[in-house]
Amino acid sequence: MALLEVMNVGIAFGGLQAVAQLDMKIEKGHLYGLIGPNGAGKTTVFNLLTGVYRPTEGDIILDGKNITGNAPAKINQAGIARTFQNIRLFDQMTVLDNVKIGLHNQIKYSMWTGIFRLPGFKDKEQQMEYQAMKLLKIFDLDKEANLPASSLPYGKQRKLEIARALATNPKLLLLDEPAAGMNPSESEELMNTIKFVQKEFDVAILLIEHDMNFVMGICEYIYVLDYGRIIAQGTGESIRNNPKVIAAYLGGD
Amino acid sequence: MNSLKTMKKSTRSNLVTYGIVIGFYVVMQLLVSGGMLSNSMQGMLVPICTYVVLAVSLNLTVGILGELSLGHAGFMSAGAFSGAVFWVIAGVNMPAPLGLALAMLIGGVVAGVFGFVIGIPVLRLRGDYLAIVTLAFGEIIKNVLNAIYLGWDSNGLHFSLSDSAALNLEEGGEVIINGAIGITGMKKASTFTAGIILVLLTLFVVLNLVNSRAGRAIMSIRDNRIAAEATGINVTKYKLMAFITSAFLAGMAGVLYALNMSALAARKFDYNTSILVLVFVVLGGIGNIRGSIIAAAVLYVLPEMLRGLNDYRMLIYAIILIVVMIFNQSPQVVAWRAQVWEKLSTIGFFQKLAKLKKQSKGEA
Repeated sequence: MALLEVMNVGIAFGGLQAVAQLDMKIEKGHLYGLIGPNGAGKTTVFNLLTGVYRPTEGDIILDGKNITGNAPAKINQAGIARTFQNIRLFDQMTVLDNVKIGLHNQIKYSMWTGIFRLPGFKDKEQQMEYQAMKLLKIFDLDKEANLPASSLPYGKQRKLEIARALATNPKLLLLDEPAAGMNPSESEELMNTIKFVQKEFDVAILLIEHDMNFVMGICEYIYVLDYGRIIAQGTGESIRNNPKVIAAYLGGD
Repeated sequence: MNSLKTMKKSTRSNLVTYGIVIGFYVVMQLLVSGGMLSNSMQGMLVPICTYVVLAVSLNLTVGILGELSLGHAGFMSAGAFSGAVFWVIAGVNMPAPLGLALAMLIGGVVAGVFGFVIGIPVLRLRGDYLAIVTLAFGEIIKNVLNAIYLGWDSNGLHFSLSDSAALNLEEGGEVIINGAIGITGMKKASTFTAGIILVLLTLFVVLNLVNSRAGRAIMSIRDNRIAAEATGINVTKYKLMAFITSAFLAGMAGVLYALNMSALAARKFDYNTSILVLVFVVLGGIGNIRGSIIAAAVLYVLPEMLRGLNDYRMLIYAIILIVVMIFNQSPQVVAWRAQVWEKLSTIGFFQKLAKLKKQSKGEA
């Protein structure tokens, strides 16, 4: 059975059908791409999958559990983590604390343990620190651990967002334009990091990206969205030569 | 000294904050025992502690949770009245420290319950709307307390909303809350020492909370609610946690305040009190706990110091508030301060200071 099954999902805002008849299947541990022209509804799909929007029709099944209409926090706990197109970090908190927030549901102790420093506090905090630093090291952010997140350069902020999402121990990771605003060498490096993460954490990844070299470079399977509908799907090669996709991007009939 | 250096920055910064409070206590005690503090200043020591606790607890809502609340005096009065009622009925007959501690605990719990009940609907709102609704709740609590008549006799507690005669007390019964007149003829219980202990307790709770798993979750909501939700944070739970803790501490401060006076009336806990505490928080720096302590202490005493200026007192006070605001917040002035600091740091004495400042940077 697939890790994530999206069945006939759609959402309408008033009279506008933003996404319709969406069917997707994502297998455990594989890398998927979601592409499409501007305004095709890619981010809306992410918002549907993560509970920001409630679908007006259809079902979303994660690992055999129906998560349709669940709140975002619950969906994250069920195993879907995401990053945002316009970076959303906890700006005033340190880089390390950002990742510790990601570990919130992985390493737990109560408020009272925190306030009164009851036994277990030190131990749990050390575990958190250790795991957070391990993640930061993977993304080459360990030297900036104690800086405020807002002080990081753009590319590193994107990486920190991925690190924070991974800290929640997801089964499926959604990346919304991870390479946006990066120069070719940075996005090359990010590509390697994403591949590494996919293997190391055995996590399925679905990413939105406009940089075609990036998408073709790492995605094993690609969905193409236009006007809220899937118009094509398949491997990079088949997508590249699909006349429907070419028409959607370049216009024509 | 070595262990002080290897200590985590936040821990060291917290110790400095505790140190300031204890230092203040020692200095004041010395001044009092040396007879160098005027009567009016001595009378202000407990209120100072009250306002420090209020400012620190409000900072938990405004600075750490990032939600503007204008009803802090409401929680203070809920705590003050419930604590005072307990004190009049039972606390008076206990040893003073025990009675005071129990009264504070009861005041805190009652205020915390108010925080929970009000927080559930209110925390669904954001920004200006939240501010307006908390303001309204503060006024509602004040007006309800203004209308309450409460008495007790051998049959137990009697309650009325019309007048004291409607309580139907038997012979020898006692009216505790007499409507708008409030509670009168209380025996005082609050001391400066008790106040400082409450301040330290508040700091302990707030600083430890901030530097823990729950505190980080609260701050993540402040920084980016949508990202916090997407990272699996239960936003409602942690908002309520911060709000209730803040109300609980304000309730305890209310008891400290109430038991420092012989009479307690609800009108004291009005909109102005809430705003005054908010002014302390804003001028001390939103989210800066140490700043709240200093601002509350200094700005509470200031009007008293300006008493010699008679009619111009409040004018000067207002001007000082504005100047402090500009000095702390205006980007141009902050840049100018940095420039002046740079120039000064070429001089030997200031070089040392600069070093100290660098060490303590980023700890606030």
